[in-house]
This record gives sequence, structure tokens and C-alpha cells, in this order.
Amino acid sequence: MFTYTLRRLLFAIPTLLIISFVIFALLDLAPNDPTGDLPLTIPPEVREQIRASLGLDQPFFFRYLYWLQQFFINEPLNILERMTGWQFGDGNRMRVLSWATRSPVVDLIVQRLPQTLWVVGLAYLFGVLIAVPIGVISAYKQYSIFDQIGTFLSMVGYSVPTFFTGVLLVVIFSSYLQWFPSVYDTNLVVNDFSSFFQQIKQMALPVTVLSLFNASQITRFVRASMLDNLHQDYVRTARAKGVKEKSVLLVHVLRNSLIPVVTVIALGVPTIFSGAIITEQIFRVNGLGQLLIIAVQGADIPLVQTLTFIFAVLIVLFNLIADVLYGILDPRIRYD
Amino acid sequence: MKNLKLLLAGTVAALAFAGSAAYAARGTDGDLKILFWQAVSTMNPYLSGGTKEVYASSMVIEPLARYDEKGALVPTLVTEIPTVENGGVAKDLMSMTWKIKPGVKWSDGTPFTADDVIFTWKYCIAPDGGCAQAAQYEGVKSVEAPDPQTVKITFTEPKPYPYSAFVGAQSPVIQKKQFENCVGAKAPGCTSANFGPIGTGPFVVKEFKPNDVITLTANTNYRDAAKPAFASVTLKGGGDAASAARAVLETGEYDYAWNMQVEPEILAKMVAAGKGKLETAFGTQVERINLNHYNADPSLGAKRSTKEAGPHPSLSDPAVRRALSLAIDRSIIVEAGYGAAGKATCNIVPAPAAVASTKNDSWCLKQDIAAANKLLDDAGWKKGADGIRAKNGVKLSYLYATSTNSVRQATQELVKDMWSQIGVGAELRNASASVFFGGDPASPDTFQKFYADVEMYTNNFDGTDPEKYLAEWLCDKVPGPANGWQGQNIPRYCNPAYDKLVGELSKTAELDKRAALAKQLNDMLTEEGAHIPLVHRGSVSSHSLKLAGVKMNAWDSELWNIAAWSRGK
Repeated sequence: MFTYTLRRLLFAIPTLLIISFVIFALLDLAPNDPTGDLPLTIPPEVREQIRASLGLDQPFFFRYLYWLQQFFINEPLNILERMTGWQFGDGNRMRVLSWATRSPVVDLIVQRLPQTLWVVGLAYLFGVLIAVPIGVISAYKQYSIFDQIGTFLSMVGYSVPTFFTGVLLVVIFSSYLQWFPSVYDTNLVVNDFSSFFQQIKQMALPVTVLSLFNASQITRFVRASMLDNLHQDYVRTARAKGVKEKSVLLVHVLRNSLIPVVTVIALGVPTIFSGAIITEQIFRVNGLGQLLIIAVQGADIPLVQTLTFIFAVLIVLFNLIADVLYGILDPRIRYD
Repeated sequence: MKNLKLLLAGTVAALAFAGSAAYAARGTDGDLKILFWQAVSTMNPYLSGGTKEVYASSMVIEPLARYDEKGALVPTLVTEIPTVENGGVAKDLMSMTWKIKPGVKWSDGTPFTADDVIFTWKYCIAPDGGCAQAAQYEGVKSVEAPDPQTVKITFTEPKPYPYSAFVGAQSPVIQKKQFENCVGAKAPGCTSANFGPIGTGPFVVKEFKPNDVITLTANTNYRDAAKPAFASVTLKGGGDAASAARAVLETGEYDYAWNMQVEPEILAKMVAAGKGKLETAFGTQVERINLNHYNADPSLGAKRSTKEAGPHPSLSDPAVRRALSLAIDRSIIVEAGYGAAGKATCNIVPAPAAVASTKNDSWCLKQDIAAANKLLDDAGWKKGADGIRAKNGVKLSYLYATSTNSVRQATQELVKDMWSQIGVGAELRNASASVFFGGDPASPDTFQKFYADVEMYTNNFDGTDPEKYLAEWLCDKVPGPANGWQGQNIPRYCNPAYDKLVGELSKTAELDKRAALAKQLNDMLTEEGAHIPLVHRGSVSSHSLKLAGVKMNAWDSELWNIAAWSRGK
């Protein structure tokens, strides 16, 4: 297992390098321009100077190498310095700077990560907690009323896009009933009961929208996997032995059914970090998804490049984690 | 005891009275919540020329003078506006002198001096800085300080209209002490200064979360002791225009929201909720259709829309250009897409009133399909079997490009329908705004390349003087491969008589004569069909009914008088 993991990690290095190059090339080829959003009253020669000050007048390959140096050498050294208080060199290294804000990209990400983890992460957690019991009951009582309703709801949740459910909830609960705020207050500090309540209130709508979406996806997996196992020979054997139905279901079937589900859940974790772009935008949650979409719209290439690359790292990493988990959970599977 | 009570009651009453008399005491009205649906990226307008950044920073840093809601110059940090009459502008128009108000302080308590003004100029013209507002300082030879309260600006050539540097929200004064080590290539590195500039304005940045939210508090050193009425401002960013409108007009969560680019009927429904109202101000924005004077046939490849391609086969005919304009019913376009935020216009310089021409309104503002058809018939353009007119194998069928935006696409459909009534076909196309306006010379879809027969967008000019704007239609400003497609004469209009008249304008100082010349230039462009002006666009913002003092301004930052805003009763 250990050598397998090590081998996979080593393989990841060239993979990620290629990914970073492809992202950089794609962004460079895209007909986007950081001065595109500026008012037309700013004359062309000034725009040219702005582009030059962003380094856009340099050749493509040079800019790529420069980004590699900034991202793989300067930024890690910076983080290390901040964590340990040691000083490497003169500490005056060029960091990856966002073009729109002219501030270090990593600082922007650090600032936004907590909101995304809270809102999107919580929605993922709720999604899983809702999905597993519904999936189990749906499968055990296949074609019952409960199953029909569950299937219907998960189909609705799966096929209705979040930009629709999000706006629908805002119209009902914010505009009409006025129960919840429609704008997420990112300055809210939770320090007492009332501010905690406030935080719950403002998280309610985005978390609901995303939980519904996540739960409907995972329910389908749980149900299908449960159905696969319910018809296996070992289930019949257990029942024949006189094992209690509760133990058959929750110990024998559920445990075996969860193996593929755990993999699916692990593979879905990177999407928490990439945020829910649309939902964050609707509720104005200052998460990573919103950061990415603003960067894409404003052609803030260093920010888009760095964010997408970090997502790529997470996807590669969680693929590995899913594979390793699979081996740990299922003794029949061995990689070495 | 009874007396004491009476005395106390009297004191309370007196205090209450005093309170209401000085009703705009600083910081009494709590938090002002503003919503910008495009989030603010930085508080330094010299590093980002975006409107949202300019507006947000105008609460903190100020220019020497600004425009009021009527477009008149008002002194901000100076005692008066220099003119030739009061001796502030030299008779030869080569220099001007500003007198700084005594006692103005930066928010950190240090005095504001002419040194800071000089530094601001040096900061913006420093090489490698990529200063977004460099155009404001064009033609400035030097900025000097004869004494700490006086700023003298010398120009490279006579400037009939000298109000550009340090005037308006685009060129505010920044503090020398704070930005001293941030000049040129070092500018982007000064993150904390760029996010929290020290200013002379009514508010001070307390916390800046880039692309998200800005928290500001009242400036304790603000020059008017009674202002601002609000103790703090929260400027939230992000989302979309419709939901921003909803947050002010329907849910009342916010006091003010900027740039309500929402379909008029949706806005009307929201206003009916009774929590807020809309404010519109008309500046110089005009939505226009540019007519390509060069051939844009795709078979010409890289040569299209350049001089080598030759004149446009049909749009070079003045009759066709006039007919295209006559066929358009501007009032329908305004009604469908702009509502109160638009007025039909035939001018490219629609405001201020002194320079707005009315000469062409009689024939141009009204749709006249019959006259348009007659013009084309007389010019020999005959309708074919498909209903499209043609002459000598050249069809009146146009590629019509614009940026992606629901109002623009709706307008495209309307215009296409109107043109079909005079036998003109149109193929509609749209490109994402960041591509269309991006100016990437490698992209075929930019408005500068103009690889289309007609294209539609909005442009305007800063301030109230149209000289620089009218100079965009000069022959030598035509974009092409030679200048990297960097020219502002997008329709590729070229008329030596026009060029001569622009030269005259740049030498004329009397305001009346300047206005007459500007009108004449504007009329030439409309009459000769350089473009078809469609809609004079206003900026629309919404605010809560409880917010008092908002004076919507299209000539400067919308937040220009935020110091005077208060929470109404």
C-alpha cells in the first residue's frame, strides 16, 4: 500500500505540471483582456501601458516560467516564513499578484476559504447525512410510496439547476416572507447567541439549496448500491442463519454498500473547495467560487490560473485518497 | 425636588432641541449600507480605472475640484475654480494655479499640502506604473508648489479647457507620505496602501476585503465638523443587478444600490413595493450603431475593415446610411430596453445642455419608413425576390455585432425588424463584453477590429468638455494593423473638413464659440452618417426612501456628496 501511494504521488508531479501548462496556455489563448472592463474613456495608449505593467508584454513561455517560480518557490517560502518566523534571503520575493486587486493571490484565497468550507462544506455534510438514510430505506422498500417520493424528489433536486432553486428561495423566503436575508453578510462576527443565530439565518438558504442538490446525487448512489447488495447470496445466508433483519440491513448490507459510496463522496470533496460558483454568486457569499467567477469575468489571469491549479491538485489528491480508502475498506482489493 | 425635576426636564428638552437643530451632527445616523453588484477590487483608482473602483474610492480620496449634479465645477479642496477672469488661468492658457483651502487635513491628522498634489502627478506619470488615469494628466508639463498652499500646473501647449488633472473622481489626490515608496513598478506591491488609502474625504477605510466588502468609518479629521451624518459605510459587492435592485427596493436590506441595469418593467414592479425609489442622471453616454466605412467582407481576410479593403460596397453610399437611420424608431428601443434610463437621441454629444445640438432632431428622431424606402429606391437599390435590396450584385445585408447583454440583444432584434421594413437584412452576432471591449489584437471579435458591417455599443466622455471626444473621429485615429488596432475612430470616418474644425476647437478658448464648434462637429457626424446615435443613456441607481440627500450625478462619482447623505425621518 505504501509503495503504491508513493508511486502514485510521484506520478502526480508530471501530471500536475502538464495540467498547469495546459491551463496557462488555454487562458493565454482565450480572447480576454484585463483592460476589457475598463471604461472606454481610457484611451488605447494608456491601456497598452497597463498591459505592460501587468507583464503582458513578455513572451508566453517566459510568463509561464515566471508563474512556476512564483507559485512553486516564492509562495511556499513565504508561507514557511510566516509560519516559522525564519527569514530566507531578503524576503523580497515577487508573489503571484492578482491583476484586478494587485494583491497576492494566496492572501485572497486564504481570506475566502473559511466561508466556502462553512457553507459548501456544511451543505455537503448535510447532503450526505440526508442521503444515506433515504437511500437505505428507498432500497429496502423498493417501489414503496417512500421510494417513489424519494426518487421523485431526488430527480427534481438533480435536474433543477441551483440558479433556479436559489432565486426561487430568495423570492419566497427573502422578498415575500422576509424570514432570511438575501445577501450574505461577510463581516458578521459570531461572538454571542444573537450573532450565532444571525449566522445560521444567513447560511440557511444557500446551505439548503446546495444540500438538496448534493443529497439527490448521493441518494441515487446509496440506493443503487444497496439494491446490488440486497440480492447477494451472503444476505440470504445471513437471513437463513436467523440473523435479525436489523443486523442484516445495517451491518451486512449497509457496510458493503457504503464502499462505493465512500469513494464517490471522497471524489466529491474537491468540489467543496471549488465552491458552488452559482450559489455563492446568488447569495453573495464571498467564497472561492465567487472569487473564481469574478476573476474569469475580469480576465484576472494569475488568479484564475492559481485557483484552477489548486483545484487540479485537490482533484488529483482526492482521487488518490479514494483509491487508498477503497483498499482499506475492502480487504478484497489489494494494490501491491 | 420639583424644581430639580423641572430643571432636568428643561435640560433634556434643550438638549433635544439642540440635537435637532444640529441635525446633521457627525456619525449620528448609524451605518449606511451600499450595494455594488460588481465588487470593488481596489481602493486605488490609479491602479484600476474601473467605474466601481473610482466611485468607491471617491468616499475616501478627493480631487481638488469636482463636478456637481448639474455638471458645474465646484471646489473641493481649493478656495475657488481658477478661470482666466479671476487670474487663476494664465492669459496665454499655458498654466493654471489652484489655491488650497487653509486647514485641510488628511485623515491621519497631518496637513494636506501642495506637495501631495505634486506627488500625485509624479505617481501617475511614473514609467512602468501602468497608471490607469494617465490621460487625465496628458499635456501637463510640470506641477509646482510656489508655496505649500498653491499648486501651479504648466502645460506643454495652450489648453483652452484646462480642467482635467486633479478634477473629478478619476484623478484624486493621494498622500505623499503613504505612497512615497510605491512609485512606478513598485505600485502594485503596496497592498495595504492600495486597499486603504489615507484621504481627505468623509470616510476612512476600516477594513477592505477585495472583491467583496469594504467597511468605512467617518473621518474624524473631515473638514466639515457636522459631516458625514453616517458613522460608518458598508459597501458590499457582487451578485447581479436584478438581485441588487431587489435588496434595496423589495427587501430593504440595503440603503443604496448602484447601476440598475435591469429591464424597466421588472424595476417598475420592484418600485411598487414602496420601499425605495430610482434616481436617474443623464451624462454623456450614447448607445450608437457604428457604420463601417471600409469593406468588411470576410473574403478579404486580414485586410477587411482596413484602408486596403477599400470603401464599403453599400455603406459608403450616403443614401443607405441616411435610410438606415430613418428606419429606426428610437422611442420603441428606449421603451423596451431602457425605460426612464434612456432618451431617444440623434447626437453623439447629448449633454451638457450648452453643447447639445437640436439641429437634426426634426428629421432623425422620428421613424419614417416611407422616406427611407424612397431614398433607397431613388439611389437605385432594388428589392430582390427575398425582399432584400441590391444593386450591381451588392446586397443590403449586414453583419450586426455587439456585446453580450440582454438589452443589446433585444435592441438588435428590434432594429433588425425595422430594417427589414426597408428591405435591409441583418445577421445578428454578439461577443462577450470582455472580448468585445478587450482590445486583444489577436481576437477577431473586438469592436476596434470591426469585422462586421455595423456594430452597437455605448461610449461617453469624462467631464463636460467634448473636445478630446470629438477628436476621436479624426482621420489619423482609424484603427488598423499599423497602429496595433489602437485607434478610437471606430467607424473609420474620415473627412478633412472635420479634422480642420477639430483643430479650430482645440485653439478656441471662449466657451460660447467652443460650444458652437462642438455642436457643428456633432451635427457633421450625424448628418454624414458616421454612426447612428440611438439612445442617450442615463445612469440609474436605487435608494431607500429613508435615505436623504442623494443627488444623482452623471458627471462625477455617484457618491460625490455622500458626506451630505443622512437617514431621513
